[in-house]
Amino acid sequence: MISFLTISIIQATVAIATPLYIGALGGLFNERVGVVNVGLDGIMLSGAFAAAITSYYTQSAWMGVLAALTVGALLGLLHAAICIEFKADHVVSGVAINILASSLTVFLLQLLFNNKGQSPSAPKIGQISNLDSIPILGPILNNMSYLTIIGLVLILLSHFFLYRTKMGLRLRSVGENPYAAQSLGIPVRRYMYLSVIVGCALVGLAGAFLSIGMLNVFTKNMTAGRGYIALAAMICGRWTPLGSLGASVFFGYVLAWQMNAQGLAIPAQILEIIPYLTTIIVLAFVAKRARGPAHVGKIFAPSEH
Amino acid sequence: MAKEEALVINGLKKHFGHVKANDGIDLIVRAGTIHAIVGENGAGKSTLMKSLFGLHQPDSGEIHLWGEKVQFSSPLQALSHGIGMVHQHFMLVEALSVLENIILGAEPGKGILLSYKNSRKTVEEICQKYGLDLDLDAIVENVPVGIQQRLEIVKVLYRGARLIILDEPTAVLTPQEIDRMFEILREFKKDGCTVIFITHKLNEVMALADDVTVIRDGRTVGHWPISEVNEKILARQMVGRDVVLDLVKEDAQPAELVLQIQGLQTEQVNGDQKADGLSFNIRAGEILGIIGVAGNGQDALIEGILGLRKVEKGEILYLGEHINGVDTSYLRQKGVSCISADRLKTGLVREFNVRENAILGYHTGKEFVSNLLFQNKRIDHYVNQIIKEFQIKTPSLEAPITTLSGGNQQKLIIGRELHANPKLIIAVQPTRGVDIGAIEFIYQVLLECRRQNTAVLLVSNELEEVLSLSDRVAVLYQGRFMGCNTPDHLSKEDIGLMMAGVRPEGEGGSE
Ligand SMILES: Nc1ncnc2c1ncn2[C@@H]1O[C@H](COP(=O)(O)OP(=O)(O)O)[C@@H](O)[C@H]1O
Ligand SMILES: [Mg+2]
Repeated sequence: MISFLTISIIQATVAIATPLYIGALGGLFNERVGVVNVGLDGIMLSGAFAAAITSYYTQSAWMGVLAALTVGALLGLLHAAICIEFKADHVVSGVAINILASSLTVFLLQLLFNNKGQSPSAPKIGQISNLDSIPILGPILNNMSYLTIIGLVLILLSHFFLYRTKMGLRLRSVGENPYAAQSLGIPVRRYMYLSVIVGCALVGLAGAFLSIGMLNVFTKNMTAGRGYIALAAMICGRWTPLGSLGASVFFGYVLAWQMNAQGLAIPAQILEIIPYLTTIIVLAFVAKRARGPAHVGKIFAPSEH
Repeated sequence: MAKEEALVINGLKKHFGHVKANDGIDLIVRAGTIHAIVGENGAGKSTLMKSLFGLHQPDSGEIHLWGEKVQFSSPLQALSHGIGMVHQHFMLVEALSVLENIILGAEPGKGILLSYKNSRKTVEEICQKYGLDLDLDAIVENVPVGIQQRLEIVKVLYRGARLIILDEPTAVLTPQEIDRMFEILREFKKDGCTVIFITHKLNEVMALADDVTVIRDGRTVGHWPISEVNEKILARQMVGRDVVLDLVKEDAQPAELVLQIQGLQTEQVNGDQKADGLSFNIRAGEILGIIGVAGNGQDALIEGILGLRKVEKGEILYLGEHINGVDTSYLRQKGVSCISADRLKTGLVREFNVRENAILGYHTGKEFVSNLLFQNKRIDHYVNQIIKEFQIKTPSLEAPITTLSGGNQQKLIIGRELHANPKLIIAVQPTRGVDIGAIEFIYQVLLECRRQNTAVLLVSNELEEVLSLSDRVAVLYQGRFMGCNTPDHLSKEDIGLMMAGVRPEGEGGSE
C-alpha cells in the first residue's frame, strides 16, 4: 500500500521543507530589490560547508550557524557588488558563484581533511525532544530541529516587515521601480546591498540546516539542486514569505512521499523523477500568472536614465 | 524688487560625454508665479530640472533656492527643501496601490510601523481641497494615464512642496483634462506656490504662464514676461529661425480602395484595450487620421492589421485580398509599411548601428544579399541614399543608432519604410519626441506620399497634427470610434469630448 500521510511522512516533509523555505525567503530578499540570484544553490552549499567545518573545529553547532550566516552574507556582498557596482549580468554572476562554490568546497575538503567526499562528523543543531506525552502533535514535533522553528519565525517576521513597516514598503518599491523610489529620496543602492546581503545570509543558514541540522557532516555537492527548488518555491509562492512557505511545504511533501514510496513495486528511476516533474508542472502552471518584481534582473543605472 | 525670487540658476552646465545637454543655463523664477520653460525636444529642459532636483550633479554653475545657495546630491535634499517634481516619464511603482505610491518615502506611522489609516486621512484631505478625485486602493498599473498624472500631482502636494516642477505634463492628457490641470495649477499659485511648467507647446505657455524662459541647445536664449511675447516670437526663439508649419495641401484625390476594415475585434494582450468593432476604409491618395488618448486601442488596431495580434472577429481587406492572420513579412512584401510609435522598441534595434537599422526588415532582399552574404557595397550605396534624401545627421554608417537624436532616428525609420514604395503607410505618432525641424520634414513627407497615391493611416494623439494632415478624422475611445468626419466638420472641443468618451450634441456618429 502507498500511504500518503503518516507521522514519518510529515516529519520528513518538515525536514525537507526547512532548507527550502529558508532558502526561498533568502531568494525573495534578493529579487524583491531587483537582483536575480541563481547562485542560491552555491551559496547554500557554501553555508553548509562553513557550518560543518566550523562546528567541527569549535565543537559548537551554533558557531557553525554563525559561520554559515557570515559566509552567506559575504557571498551576498560579492553578488551585490558584481550586480550593482559593476552592473554585470545577474545570471552570469550567479552561475559563477555556483561553480566557485562547488569546486572550492571540494578543494577545501581535500586540503583540510585529505578527503574529497565528506567532512568529519560535527556537532548537530539541537532538536525538540521529550514531547512524546502530547497526543498527535508530540510525535510530529519530536526531533524537530530548532532551525525549523527559527525559519518559521523568520517567515512571519519577514511578512510583517514587508507589509507592515515603512522600510518594507520602500524595499518593495525598489525592486519594482528603483527610479521612482530614488526620486522620492529612497537610498536605492543601500536597500539593494542590504537586502541582498541579508537574503544571502539566510540562504547560508538554509545550508547550515543541510549539513548540521538534518545530518552531522558535509558531503560533496550535498545541496543536490535544492537551491534551485528553493528558487522555484519562491516563484510559486509569488515572491511572498507565506507563499514561499506554502510552496516549500508542498515540494517537501512530494519529496517525502517519494522517499516513503521507495521500496514499493515502482521502479526507482520513475520515483526519482517525480519531484522534479512536479516542480516543472507546478511552475508551468503557476509561473504563467506569477509576476515577479518589475525591475528584477535589470541593471539600475540612474545616471543614464 | 516686486517679488522675491524663488529660484535663481546661473551658468549651469551638465555634459554627458560629449553631449552638452546643459551648456550655460540662466534662470530666474519669481516666487508665486507660474514660470514656463520652453524648448525643443533635446534642448535640455529635463536635464536642467534633474540637476535642480538632485538626480544629476551639474558640472558647473550655481543654484540659489529661496535666496540660499544649494547643491543637492540626492532628491531627498530637494524634497526637504520643498521642491516637488512631476517627471516627464512618470515615476510610479505600478504594482503598488495609488495610496502606497503617494506616501512612499514619507509614510505616516509610529516608529518603523506603517499606518495606512493615517495615510488615507491625510491624502483624502488633500484630494478634497483641490477637488482631485482618486481611487486610493486601485493598483496603479490598472489606472489610466490621465489619473496617473493626477496621482503624481497629489504625490507632490502630499510632501508639501512649495516649488512644483512639471515636466511636459500635458503630453498624455485630453484637451479637457489639460484645462482642468491648468485650473489646478492656478489654484496652487493662489496658495502661494511657485510652479515651473515645462512644455514645447506654445499655446499652453500663452494660456498659463506669467513668465517664460526659452532654452535652445542647452543654453538660455532669453526670458520675458508673457505680456511681451507671442507664439510666433517664442517659436522663432526656440528653433533659431522662422518656422512655417503652414502646410500646402491640395484637395485629396482618393483613388482605389487600399484598406477595408469591417468590424475588427482583436484579442486583448496584457490587459490593454482591444479593438472592439472598428470599421473603416482608406483609399489611395488619402490620409485617414485616428486620434485618441494613448491606450484606447491604438496598439490593438495596428497590430491587428499587421498580423501581430490575433483577430477575433471582422474582416481586413488589403487591395481586395483577405489578410486576416497572414504573416507580417508577407504584408511588407506587398507594400505595407509602418512607422511605429516607439522608435527604440519596435522601430529600431537599439544595439545595431545605422547601417544595420537602415536595412532591417529588408535584409533578406535580393538587392542586399547574394550567395548568402551581404553585399556591403550595395548596402552602403542604399543607406547613403536614404541619409541624403532624408537629411539624416549621423557621424557615420557605423554609428550606434542611439547616438542619433530622436528626429534623426525617426527620419531613418521613415526613409527605410518609404524606400520600398509602399501602397499603405501606417504612421503611428510619427513626430513624437522629434524637433520642430524634423516635424516639418515629416509632415512634408507624408503629404508627398499622399500625392504619390499612397494610402496613409495616421494614428496620433496630437490634435493639431491630425487635423492639419488628415482628409478624414476618426476619434478612438475604448476600442471603438466615437465619430468620423472631415476636419472642417469637427471642432477641437468636440474632438476633445469624444476623446474623453462623451458624444457631443448633434454629432452624427460613425460613418
Ligand atoms: N542620462 C543621459 N545620458 C546621455 N545623454 C543624455 C542623458 N539625458 C539626456 N541626454 C541628452 O541630453 C540632451 C538633452 O536632453 P533632455 O534634457 O531630456 O531634453 P528635453 O527635456 O529638453 O527634451 C539630449 O540630446 C539627450 O539625448
Ligand atoms: Mg524632456
